[in-house]
Amino acid sequence: MPYDTSDIRKGLKFMMDGAPYTVIEFQFVKPGKGAAFTRTRMKNLLTGAVLERNLRSGERLEEANVEVKTMQYLYRDADSFVFMDTTTYDQVSIPESTVGDSKAFMPENINVEILFFDNRAVDVTLPNFIEQKVMETEPGFRGDTSTNTTKPAKISTGASVQVPLFIVAGDVIKIDTRTGQYLERVGRA
Amino acid sequence: MIDEADRLRARRPALEARARVLSSIRRWFEGEGFLEVDTPARVRAPGQEVHLDALASEDRWLVTSPEYAMKRLCGAGYERIVSIGKCWRAEERGPHHESEFTMIEWYRAGAPLEKIAADCEELVGLAVQAAGRAPEGPAFASWSGAPPFRRATVRELLAAHAGIDLRGDEPASELADKARAAGIALGSATAWDDIFFQVWLDRVEPHFAAGTPLFVFDWPSPLGALARPHPQDPSLVERFELYAGGLELANAFGELTDPEEQRARFTRESEARRARGKTTYPLDEALLAALARMPPTAGVALGFDRLMMLVLGISAIRDVMPFASDEI
Repeated sequence: MPYDTSDIRKGLKFMMDGAPYTVIEFQFVKPGKGAAFTRTRMKNLLTGAVLERNLRSGERLEEANVEVKTMQYLYRDADSFVFMDTTTYDQVSIPESTVGDSKAFMPENINVEILFFDNRAVDVTLPNFIEQKVMETEPGFRGDTSTNTTKPAKISTGASVQVPLFIVAGDVIKIDTRTGQYLERVGRA
Repeated sequence: MIDEADRLRARRPALEARARVLSSIRRWFEGEGFLEVDTPARVRAPGQEVHLDALASEDRWLVTSPEYAMKRLCGAGYERIVSIGKCWRAEERGPHHESEFTMIEWYRAGAPLEKIAADCEELVGLAVQAAGRAPEGPAFASWSGAPPFRRATVRELLAAHAGIDLRGDEPASELADKARAAGIALGSATAWDDIFFQVWLDRVEPHFAAGTPLFVFDWPSPLGALARPHPQDPSLVERFELYAGGLELANAFGELTDPEEQRARFTRESEARRARGKTTYPLDEALLAALARMPPTAGVALGFDRLMMLVLGISAIRDVMPFASDEI
């Protein structure tokens, strides 16, 4: 079933110029003597590029065959990552190139959202925040709580996060996966 | 969910300004020798334009503008008339649209279109003053609120912003080729006006957001509606639109007074409505008869709610009216 412009809502996914898009924002516009249009800001689900189009009332929009599934990350193969659908227990293998930068903050057993386009995984979205145990870090100087000074700490994924000097191996820290930044200590060694 | 009383109290300053502006506008029209006329809200023949849809009221239609009744008065020798009243347009709702809104429409017999433009400049200036507070919003960042406004033609704007050389009477397929060559995605548009407005919205209108208001003159003849042909160029009509602060504020015509030409245009509009699967409306024979008696006249419709949005720097039309359609 194709859509038309009256179906446009935030989050509607449709095809344009051969790529799937999702609606970010939309507004009714109408020149006094012309047809109604929907000014639509949309994001390309494959590239993340955002663009704006004036879609004329009555224009057909083709449905995008996209689906978001919650999946658990199980383990890593040679050059791919294996996930399990949390409702069907089906396993899928997704190439490293698709997982991309997400892998740095994707510890085993974490639940992620995977976007499928034409039944092919195209994007992996992590939760915004994760809590991870520090595997290794240089011991900080006793009593030094200066907030300006940081040191690297390694987590289970192998990623390195800049943490304050008081963090020691075994502490559990909260990380913003979008920026890779340390937020706070949530558990002590 | 905002409490209704809180919402209504928050709107009070805008509603007070609205009342002040309205009374100063009425005084101005009186000073100019205008007769204010209350034309009917329910009519047998609403506007024929392809893209205006009327709301039904029993066996009548609510007016999309008071134009036809006012021209019947013009045809009977009323030289300066103004109507300040509600109009209704189905399916129009957004930050700049409410399906029920207030229109100020006026006609001057024997006046050139430029006189109507001067009226608009005066009225906007009057509204800025009567609003009683410093004007706000994007339009006023680089404009004091005083006339004169800027003036441009549709051709100039299409050339400058879209790189399109518009004639005005080219076939739709030729216009589509020009638009595609300029890199504009037309979707399934094949009608002349649909192609034109895709170009207009994509490339031209974004330039109207800020600065001194702009009169856009000399519209292509396929967008003529009730305007007379341009005396120097029959591919154009005598029409202007006034844009201010990103809002389309007013539309004016040097009025077409040739009943046969008007009948042909109405018939074309009606056919276009049928082709698009829209309701068709009866021809207003009383209007066509009146056009034959009408002297050369210029007239304009100005959206009063949008005028208030402009001078108060308010971005949502609902905030200049006590109740929007979904708050009733």
